[in-house]
Amino acid sequence: MPLLRLPRRETEREVTGERAEGAAQCLPCLSHFPSSSSSCCPQIRFILIQNRAGKTRLAKWYMQFDDDEKQKLIEEVHAVVTVRDAKHTNFVEFRNFKIIYRRYAGLYFCICVDVNDNNLAYLEAIHNFVEVLNEYFHNVCELDLVFNFYKVYTVVDEMFLAGEIRETSQTKVLKQLLMLQSLE
Amino acid sequence: MPAVSKGDGMRGLAVFISDIRNCKSKEAEIKRINKELANIRSKFKGDKALDGYSKKKYVCKLLFIFLLGHDIDFGHMEAVNLLSSNRYTEKQIGYLFISVLVNSNSELIRLINNAIKNDLASRNPTFMGLALHCIANVGSREMAEAFAGEVPKILVAGDTMDSVKQSAALCLLRLYRTSPDLVPMGDWTSRVVHLLNDQHLGVVTAATSLITTLAQKNPEEFKTSVSLAVSRLSRIVTSASTDLQDYTYYFVPAPWLSVKLLRLLQCYPPPEDPAVRGRLTECLETILNKAQEPPKSKKVQHSNAKNAVLFEAISLIIHHDSEPNLLVRACNQLGQFLQHRETNLRYLALESMCTLASSEFSHEAVKTHIDTVINALKTERDVSVRQRAVDLLYAMCDRSNAQQIVAEMLSYLETADYSIREEIVLKVAILAEKYAVDYAWYVDTILNLIRIAGDYVSEEVWYRVIQIVINRDDVQGYAAKTVFEALQAPACHENLVKVGGYILGEFGNLIAGDPRSSPLVQFNLLHSKFHLCSVPTRALLLSTYIKFVNLFPEVKTTIQDVLRSDSQLKNADVELQQRAVEYLRLSTVASTDILATVLEEMPPFPERESSILAKLKKKKGPSTVTDLEDTKRERSVDVNGGPEPAPASTSAAVGPLPAFAFPNNPCISAGGFEFVCKNNGVLFENQLLQIGLKSEFRQNLGRMFIFYGNKTSTQFLNFTPTLICPDDLQSHILGPSPHRHITKPVDPTVDGGAQVQQVVNIECVSDFTEAPVLNIQFRYGGTFQNVSVQLPITLNKFFQPTEMSSQDFFQRWKQLSNPQQEVQNIFKAKHPMDTEITKAKIIGFGSALLEEVDPNPANFVGAGIIHTKTTQIGCLLRLEPNLQAQMYRLTLRTSKETVSQRLCELLSQQF
Repeated sequence: MPLLRLPRRETEREVTGERAEGAAQCLPCLSHFPSSSSSCCPQIRFILIQNRAGKTRLAKWYMQFDDDEKQKLIEEVHAVVTVRDAKHTNFVEFRNFKIIYRRYAGLYFCICVDVNDNNLAYLEAIHNFVEVLNEYFHNVCELDLVFNFYKVYTVVDEMFLAGEIRETSQTKVLKQLLMLQSLE
Repeated sequence: MPAVSKGDGMRGLAVFISDIRNCKSKEAEIKRINKELANIRSKFKGDKALDGYSKKKYVCKLLFIFLLGHDIDFGHMEAVNLLSSNRYTEKQIGYLFISVLVNSNSELIRLINNAIKNDLASRNPTFMGLALHCIANVGSREMAEAFAGEVPKILVAGDTMDSVKQSAALCLLRLYRTSPDLVPMGDWTSRVVHLLNDQHLGVVTAATSLITTLAQKNPEEFKTSVSLAVSRLSRIVTSASTDLQDYTYYFVPAPWLSVKLLRLLQCYPPPEDPAVRGRLTECLETILNKAQEPPKSKKVQHSNAKNAVLFEAISLIIHHDSEPNLLVRACNQLGQFLQHRETNLRYLALESMCTLASSEFSHEAVKTHIDTVINALKTERDVSVRQRAVDLLYAMCDRSNAQQIVAEMLSYLETADYSIREEIVLKVAILAEKYAVDYAWYVDTILNLIRIAGDYVSEEVWYRVIQIVINRDDVQGYAAKTVFEALQAPACHENLVKVGGYILGEFGNLIAGDPRSSPLVQFNLLHSKFHLCSVPTRALLLSTYIKFVNLFPEVKTTIQDVLRSDSQLKNADVELQQRAVEYLRLSTVASTDILATVLEEMPPFPERESSILAKLKKKKGPSTVTDLEDTKRERSVDVNGGPEPAPASTSAAVGPLPAFAFPNNPCISAGGFEFVCKNNGVLFENQLLQIGLKSEFRQNLGRMFIFYGNKTSTQFLNFTPTLICPDDLQSHILGPSPHRHITKPVDPTVDGGAQVQQVVNIECVSDFTEAPVLNIQFRYGGTFQNVSVQLPITLNKFFQPTEMSSQDFFQRWKQLSNPQQEVQNIFKAKHPMDTEITKAKIIGFGSALLEEVDPNPANFVGAGIIHTKTTQIGCLLRLEPNLQAQMYRLTLRTSKETVSQRLCELLSQQF
């Protein structure tokens, strides 16, 4: 199923119903992260792409986490995000941070940032990223990400690096990807 | 456009992934993986050398297996080998494997670093990019050691490709974050700042992140970035939507770069250069104007991108907190969003308004939205939005609306989500305490809290209500009556029993006159709850009982019977048993006098920070509890009716300032208060030396010319002036090395009859009371002379006058109505009470003299802003002369307590 059938998020979501209200109960209060808003921390802590079943399609970490911690974060993010419906915001408080997420078909694209960061900028950064994937994979679908996982990392690195937004021009990113593709 | 089909390039990998996907069970998957691992292992160990393609394919399979969550314990060497391949695809897989799998302490790090080094030196932009991305992704200390010197060179080299520059900027940022000590600052820093001017917006985007981080740590060094960022931003926001081509996103020009530039500007105070400042204000106005224009597209991407910039601009406006016009416009814009159909916008508007509420310029504007916010609390579907509404109500609360807000929060509490109940309880308790005018209302509110959400009322909250009741005798009778009535409920929360038990034990006598609440009735009521309570509450009730024995001799025997019962004396709980035994014994052996002494009413609690506020801060984390709460706390100190913290100097510092004793010589201190309202004059004079002053001040900066005159005909030798300065007042001497002491520019020899001059630059960092001391040592004839004087640098020197209308003046006057913001002094006139002289003094003091503001024309009213490096403090003053009594009443209101005190103290000396 293509991710970007319609770019409007309202139409892509199905309402998950009554469980949604409990969302906040899943929020763990205490942070295991180092304290926030220090300049030694990247703005983006991690980027996750997960499907509804909780399978990770991409995990990009911009901080040091050990493997157990990564697994825990992946599960918590899934629990927090999947219970939300279209009436909810695209932002969830998460430990001492926040997740900015957007759902495309069965996939959740999540970016974890500092509480002071600009929500809408990251929300659109996700969309920009998805549009690039969509061009690059010609109507991208979940399976493209599975079979070409190693290329998805390249796309991510072109657009986000060291936890910061690196390049925002779709034209420039695609041109570069095309050039790399020609080197195969 | 490029299109990629399934796993092109590596068929074997695609087949393997398909196989895994087709596995019906976890066991089948593991079996398939083990088969593959065995296959790869044998290939790697095989005699036949693998070609690059096969190596790449197998390493990629290993990576896939790892990403599925399985351990991989081989293949690292093969991955490292791939790094030295000349084919991009092989190199890429090698780098990817290393970025994902190799941790920093790997022994392979040397080999990896070697490969990276070769790629960085290759001059092949693709390979350089891969290498830089690998460093940025791994970012280990070893890598910082190896490349922290090299990466800045690549970044600023003239012939580096744009895309490599982008990667180098962020790679350097990563290294700086991991190991700031290893990244040498140097020539490159100034060149990095100029990347803000780069033609390639991608380079600017990456560089802005780097510069922002560096500027946070080294603000001075990166100061020039401010004007560059402003002009770059200005070019973006004023551009037509087509100008930036690739960087226009849904008709919004470079939204992410705009956001980053606005964030960079938030590392600094408002620009000092009026031209830059004007240009920035223009940008911010343009952004606010654009929000009012009809959208260029109906797509949510368009409005999101546009609003991302808008919200960041508002953050900057709030950060600067200096342009009332912009603040109010921002507030109105957010007000529109409060009713927007997009939940995201409503949420963000609530969040952003919370910070606006703490600015004195926009606090009132925020308050006008109270009904919308209350409505949000009742109707929003998303709990996180409701939570923001609670936060905003809390932030906008002041004495004028506290009753309404507390009532709304209480009623919301009845249906609130469990996840946020405790926080609401804390907030209600804090607001009720802070803004209680009527303490009966406070007691009612807290008892309501316990009734509605008893389980969420933490110990801090009920401790606090008891502290307050004990410290305020006007509310004790009411509290006793109210808890007594509340306890009548058949099922009441245990927290209520605790509060009730404690308060009746202390103040039950105040209601004992009423037969409906006679001592016995009180006791029976409490005791009817006893058996349902937990051990700590029962222990507390036992103390109440023994207090009753003292308060009400008539129930003594009843209570002794209870204490004597087996369930008390032989209670399994040691604490209860001990209390029962000791209290029973005490009630039996002690005389009435002793009982009265031992069981005397609790003394008032010493005042300290509200424990509830501390708890809220702990809960929310220091970053989310805003400054507002701190200022609110300061204002609420007097809530317990305890003595206000004595302002250390209001009453004491009259007359000459204390002298600074030096061992050898009598030292004379002059200065005093005579320089408060003037800037020039003679500071000090004795038979030998005269010190004259000329000074000028602008905003938070000042310059002082000091003239040393030798009154004798003999040379002064080793003439050494030294400046001793408190931390919050930076002072240094103009000259080649600014932070050196005063000695540098003054010749150590001052001829007879000669005068030498010296310049001191002053910066007010924050408000202060202590003035810098000028110490002068020199030899005259055979004797060593030592003189110390205080330099008359007082807080009011950093005043900028503010003109305002009568209406504005009284509106602000009312806003500064918290008791801690106001300082008043009534004093006797020391000089003839002449109107014109008084006016001149007020102007000399630095504030504007406002005519026709005070309804009483005999009074004097002034306004101004104290500029310090970190903040600006609005100040209002009013001087009321009383000619008959030859007295003045001086009232100062400022947003900062210490400033009010200091200004009042300084000005009081002038009349």
